[in-house]
Amino acid sequence: MAEIFYSQAIRDALREELLRDERVFLLGEDIAGYGGAFRITRGLVEEFGPERIRNTPISENSIVGVGVGAAMLGLRPVIEIMFMDFITLAIDQLFNHAAKFRFMFGEQVRLPMVIRTPGGGRRGYGPTHSQSLETLFISMPGIKIVAPATPHDAKGLLKSAIRDDNPVLFVENKTLYGMRGEVPDGDYTVPIGKASVLREGRDITLISYSQMVHECIKAADALAADGVFAEVIDVRSLNPLDMDTLCESVQKTGRVVIAEEGHRTGGVSAEIGFRLFESLHYYLDAPIKRVAAKDVPVPAAPVLEKYVLPDWTNVLQAAHEILAEN
Amino acid sequence: MSNDDGLELLSFYRRMLLIREFEQRLDRFFADGRIHGTTHSCTGQEATAVGACAALSASDYVTSNHRGHGHFIAKGGDPKRLMAELFGKATGVSGGRGGSQHVADLSIGFLGSNGITGGGLPIATGAALAIKIQKRDSVVLCFFGDGAANQGTFHESVNMAAIWKLPVIFFCENNLYAMSTPFACNFPIQNVCVRAAGYAMAGEVIDGNDFFAVRDAVSAAAGRVRAGNGPCLIEALTYRHCGHSKSDGCEYRTRDEEAAWRLNDPIANMKRRLLQTAAPAEIEQAEREAAGMIDEAVAFALQSPPPDTAGLEDSIWVS
Repeated sequence: MAEIFYSQAIRDALREELLRDERVFLLGEDIAGYGGAFRITRGLVEEFGPERIRNTPISENSIVGVGVGAAMLGLRPVIEIMFMDFITLAIDQLFNHAAKFRFMFGEQVRLPMVIRTPGGGRRGYGPTHSQSLETLFISMPGIKIVAPATPHDAKGLLKSAIRDDNPVLFVENKTLYGMRGEVPDGDYTVPIGKASVLREGRDITLISYSQMVHECIKAADALAADGVFAEVIDVRSLNPLDMDTLCESVQKTGRVVIAEEGHRTGGVSAEIGFRLFESLHYYLDAPIKRVAAKDVPVPAAPVLEKYVLPDWTNVLQAAHEILAEN
Repeated sequence: MSNDDGLELLSFYRRMLLIREFEQRLDRFFADGRIHGTTHSCTGQEATAVGACAALSASDYVTSNHRGHGHFIAKGGDPKRLMAELFGKATGVSGGRGGSQHVADLSIGFLGSNGITGGGLPIATGAALAIKIQKRDSVVLCFFGDGAANQGTFHESVNMAAIWKLPVIFFCENNLYAMSTPFACNFPIQNVCVRAAGYAMAGEVIDGNDFFAVRDAVSAAAGRVRAGNGPCLIEALTYRHCGHSKSDGCEYRTRDEEAAWRLNDPIANMKRRLLQTAAPAEIEQAEREAAGMIDEAVAFALQSPPPDTAGLEDSIWVS
C-alpha cells in the first residue's frame, strides 16, 4: 500500500496501461509537455514520445471522432477533454457515432476508447468551467460512465476502462486531484458497474458519486454523533448502474438521500431515485430526497458558487428531514 | 492509367450500372410502399464512387456519408445484404438496425456510411492515424459532400490530418446542392478545393462524371499519400439526378439544368468510351448481369427473415 494523490493515481494508471499494451495511446489538447490543464499527463511524453502522447489542436468533436476511427482499426485511444464543459462540443461524435457503432455495425466493430474529463466546480472557474454533465450521458445507451471518488478507485477504474472494449466516459473531479488515499502496490482493477459500500449503517442510506461521496461521509459523521447510523454508498459507475447494491441497502434502511453536484432537474439522482421508487416503494419509510446543484449556472464568485453547489450540510439537512418522518 | 484492360473496364461499367439499378429499384419500392424509411439516391454520381474505389486496393479504407449506397457497392460491398438492410431484414448489412445510411463492412475496408453530415471526416482521419501508428501501407479515402465542407469537422479533421501528415484523401463529391441550397449560397468561393490551401494541402477539381478522370486523380493522389506526403483534397464535380432524399421534388433547381447534366451522364460517358474497345454484345451482357444481380438482391431481401427483437438490449456493448 502507498498513499498517493488522486491525480497521481490517474497518471500511474495511464503509465502502467501504456507500458502494458502498445495499442494504448493518449490524445488531447496540451497533454504532452504541459501535461494537460491539470498536469495529469505530465512526464508521460518524455517516457513514451509524442506519437503515443499526442497533442491535438483545439478540436474536441474531431478529437473524439479521430478516437473512434483509430479504435475501429484496433488501437485503444485514451482521450483527454480538458474540462467536462467542453465535452458538449464532442457530443455528436459521442452520441451519434461512438455510442451507436457497436449496436449498428455488430460484432465486427469494437470501440475500445476512454474519454477522461474533469467535472465539477468549487474552484471559482465560472459557468462554463464548472459543470457536472454526467446526466447528459446516462440517457444515452452505448457509453459507459464511471466517476471515481478516491485514488484507489480512480486507478482501478481507469485501468478497467482502458481494458474495456467499449467507449467509457471517465469523469474526474478537479477538487479531488489533490486528495490523498491508499492504493495497493502492483496491478489491480476495479470493476465497472459495481458500487462500493463505504460505510455500513441501518438507519438511512446516503448515495452519491465523485466529490459528493466525501460530503456524504461528512454528513454521516455528523449523523453518527447523534446516534444515527448512515450507510454510505459510492455508486462509482453511472452506467451500468449497480441497482442491486443500492436496493439491498435501501431495503434495509427504508430511507435514502441521493447526492450529486449536477443540476437538480433531470439529474442522475432523479434517475436513481425513480428506479429505487419503482422497485422498492413498499420498503420506503419516507420520501426519497435529492441533494443537487440549484438549477442555475455555476457562478464564479465564492459566495455565489457555494450557494448553488450542494455540500455536506445539505445532505445532513435532507437526512434530518426524512428521519423525522414516521 | 494507359494500359486499360478491357475486361476490367467492363467490370467497372457493370459496377456503375449495379449502383444505378440498385437506386432506381429502390425508388420504385419506396414509391409503392414496399419499403419505408428514407433513402438518399446517388443516381448520377456513379463515376465518383466507382472511379475512386477503382484506384484503391482491398486493404485501403473508405468512409462514406448519407448518400452511401454507391460507395458501399463500389468498395466491394454485397448488394444483396444492402438491399436486405433497406428492407429491414435480419440478413441486412446492419441486421436492419441501421437502414439506408448506417452500414459498415470492415472486411472490405468500408468504415461506415453516416447519417450525420461531416461525421465521417474525423473517423477517416482517425483511421489514417491508426494506419500511421501501425506503420501500415493503407490509405483512407473520405467521401463527403459539398454540404459537409461547411461543418466544423471538415476544418478540424483536415487540419489534424495535415499537421500529422496522415494517409487520407479527402474526396468531396460536389453535387452543387446541400440539400436544397445551391453551392453559391453556402460558399463565398468558387470551389471547395480552394480551402486546401488553408491547410497546405494539394487540391484539385476534377470532372466527377468521368470515371477515368476520377480514377486517375485518386490513383495519383493515393500514390503521393501512401508515400507519406500527407493528405490531399479532391473535389469531383457531379450532379444527382434525383432529389436530396425520396421526398424531394427538386423545386430549387431548373429542369433545364437537370437536362444539361443528364447529357453528362457518367454511365453514358463510360459506355461511349467502352464502345471504342469492347464489342456491343459484351456491353449488353454487362448490362444484363447488373440487372440480374439486382434481381437476385431483391429476391434475397424478400426471402430473408425479419430481425429478432430478442437480445437487442444486450448488443449495445461488447460483453
